[in-house]
Amino acid sequence: MENVGVCDEFVNLKATELRLGLPGTEDGGEAEKQKISCGRSNKRALPETEKDIESTGKTETASPPKAQIVGWPPVRSYRKNNIQTKKNESEGQGMYVKVSMDGAPYLRKIDLTVYKQYSELMKSLENMFKFSVGEYFEREGYKGSDFVPTYEDKDGDWMLVGDVPWEMFVSSCKRLRIMKGSEAKGLGCSV
Amino acid sequence: MNRATKLRPSTSEMNYFPDEVIEHIFDFVASHRDRNSISLVNKSWHKIERYSRRQVFIGNCYAISPERLIRRFPCLRSLTLKGKPHFADFNLVPHEWGGFLHPWIDALAKGRVKLEELRLKRMVVSDESLELLSRSFVGFKSLVLVSCDGFTTDGLASIAANCRNLRELDLQENEIDDHRGQWLNCFPDTCTTLVSLNFACLKGEINLSALERLVARSPNLKSLKVNRAVPLDALARLMSCCASQLVDLGVGCYENNEPEPESFAKLLFAIAKCTSLRSLSGFSEVGQLCLTAFIPISANLTSLNLSYAAEIQGNHLIKFVHFCKRLQRLWILDSIGDKGLEVVASSCKELQELRVFPSDLHDEEDNNNTAVTEVGLVAISAGCPKLHSILYFCKQMTNAALITVAKNCPNFIRFRLCILEPNKPDHITSQSLDEGFGAIVQACKGLRRLSVSGLLTDKVFLYIGMYAEQLEMLSIAFAGDTDKGMLDVLNGCKKLRKLEIRDSPFGNAALLADVGKYETMRSLWMSSCEVTLGGCKRLARNAPWLNVEIINENESGRMERNEEDEREKVDRLYLYRTVVGTRKDAPPCVTIL
Repeated sequence: MENVGVCDEFVNLKATELRLGLPGTEDGGEAEKQKISCGRSNKRALPETEKDIESTGKTETASPPKAQIVGWPPVRSYRKNNIQTKKNESEGQGMYVKVSMDGAPYLRKIDLTVYKQYSELMKSLENMFKFSVGEYFEREGYKGSDFVPTYEDKDGDWMLVGDVPWEMFVSSCKRLRIMKGSEAKGLGCSV
Repeated sequence: MNRATKLRPSTSEMNYFPDEVIEHIFDFVASHRDRNSISLVNKSWHKIERYSRRQVFIGNCYAISPERLIRRFPCLRSLTLKGKPHFADFNLVPHEWGGFLHPWIDALAKGRVKLEELRLKRMVVSDESLELLSRSFVGFKSLVLVSCDGFTTDGLASIAANCRNLRELDLQENEIDDHRGQWLNCFPDTCTTLVSLNFACLKGEINLSALERLVARSPNLKSLKVNRAVPLDALARLMSCCASQLVDLGVGCYENNEPEPESFAKLLFAIAKCTSLRSLSGFSEVGQLCLTAFIPISANLTSLNLSYAAEIQGNHLIKFVHFCKRLQRLWILDSIGDKGLEVVASSCKELQELRVFPSDLHDEEDNNNTAVTEVGLVAISAGCPKLHSILYFCKQMTNAALITVAKNCPNFIRFRLCILEPNKPDHITSQSLDEGFGAIVQACKGLRRLSVSGLLTDKVFLYIGMYAEQLEMLSIAFAGDTDKGMLDVLNGCKKLRKLEIRDSPFGNAALLADVGKYETMRSLWMSSCEVTLGGCKRLARNAPWLNVEIINENESGRMERNEEDEREKVDRLYLYRTVVGTRKDAPPCVTIL
């Protein structure tokens, strides 16, 4: 095992995170298949991540970025791979995720498990933040509005809400962000 | 040793006893070390001991060859083998480094050893070796694999099919390629001897009806640990089968939502019958309802492992542990929090061993206020007078707390503290934690194993060298200032057997000061330290009875060796004493000097 390779793995911490869907599904496998079958990368590049940090009103990490150290903390790989943590759960029920909207003064939190499908979620978000989200097209994303709903997945990537099946979205969504304006326009089909 | 000593008037008188009598006396001596001592008394005792030795423990599989082992102990029945160095657990050792089981099975089979038990830790086990094992030893009874890899469920199928007298199949935390086959079906209908079956680490589906039939025909089954593919209703049926004799149970099942009321009722009913249950583990994909179902028998539990129960919230863990008044061993996640540990301290007065593992391994939440701190550790030390072993992952520590812990618990034999952030000082005084750990080694006169962490200078090693007289294993990470630290340890700790160091500024001076010391130790590991290739080469020259292994960063390391600068720092060094010289199975990334 190359030390360099291992360092790379640990620099990209998310790669070491267990990417399990709901029990009974293949881990990661489905997500990979999905990306391939859509014929394009589902991952739309976010132009500037620093801007992202500013607009949400708080930084990703309150303290200096943690160094990714190989083999630290000293926990057996088997154990590391088998601890599932659902950090988004608060009272033992529901899956609460933070929702931010560009320009809004503070964040909200919603429980994803109360919704059964995207349309319900969208309606709730539109009510919460008093905006309208436009129409979703598989190829072009959201049209007809300045607002684009995005979410951060377990890999740390920013994705368009609606691209993946609902269950997969619920299990991989870490937080939501409703983008607005020019930045939103920057998200579109990959060139 | 006491009994043998009492019976023995003097060596010369004992020599008038026939060998069988002496051998019978030796039967009372079980400990490996004592048996090793006996064999050194004289030639006659050496011979008797050799032929009567049934259990052999090999702490480093490369210290001796299988052929020599069998020559010396031809009548052995039980073998324990350890392969990769400890830090392999943390991905610091390349997968192909070594520790292969096959040559051992091969030699044991050829030597017609009547092997009955095999216990392996961090070895590479192949399906072929499992198959050979299953066919070569008629009386084979017990296979225990801990942190091994390299095999699949096909290998398990061979064991199941061919080991007619199998009593124990115990798989702990192994990486097993699960072919989702029918290995459980391979136990013949005539197999009724199972006492212990643990397949919790298997990731795939199993044949539930095969499992149920197996359990039904195993009247001696005392320990059953299933994997996550065994749902609640199947578990309830299994438990009902062997409820009265079950001592040790491992639970783990898919549970998306609330369990079905009927399945749950069956589970409760089965649990009520488990009057002999003393040990509980698993719960890796199980909600708190399943845990609370065990409350009726919680007062009988002596061992509880909830360290994989990431789904269960802290408050539910606390509620359960509160009922476990007889608990001696507790493995838990830090989601139990300091408050939870305070409950443990007030409820579990018989506690001897505690392990608190980190639940937030990816450090997602900076304000993770459910982790544990020095407060929990102090509470435990104050409340649990019988505590002797602890492994504690925490986010902060203070000298004051460690000093208090040392005062409360002078009986520690294992003290392993891991502060998650390297180099973190006392969070109140901002000083190093030298004094805290110093207090531990000074108070705990029987301390055999120690892991240190946090901000530490050479001073802590001065203390360790001075006071840790019984210390056998020491783990160091991100600590110390100069070679003096390592030297103080090597010079002071007379009983040191294993020393493992990472990311600390110890170099050639410390490495080379006393080469003879390494003959008294099993092994030394140093990674990301200051030792250079030149230093290692010099060590290897001066100590031909050591294998000095350099694990290179890239696999073509060997080819580049000629151009390598002797002043270049060695990334990973692993050295160990051996009677059989350089091993022949090292991969390209390992250079043996």
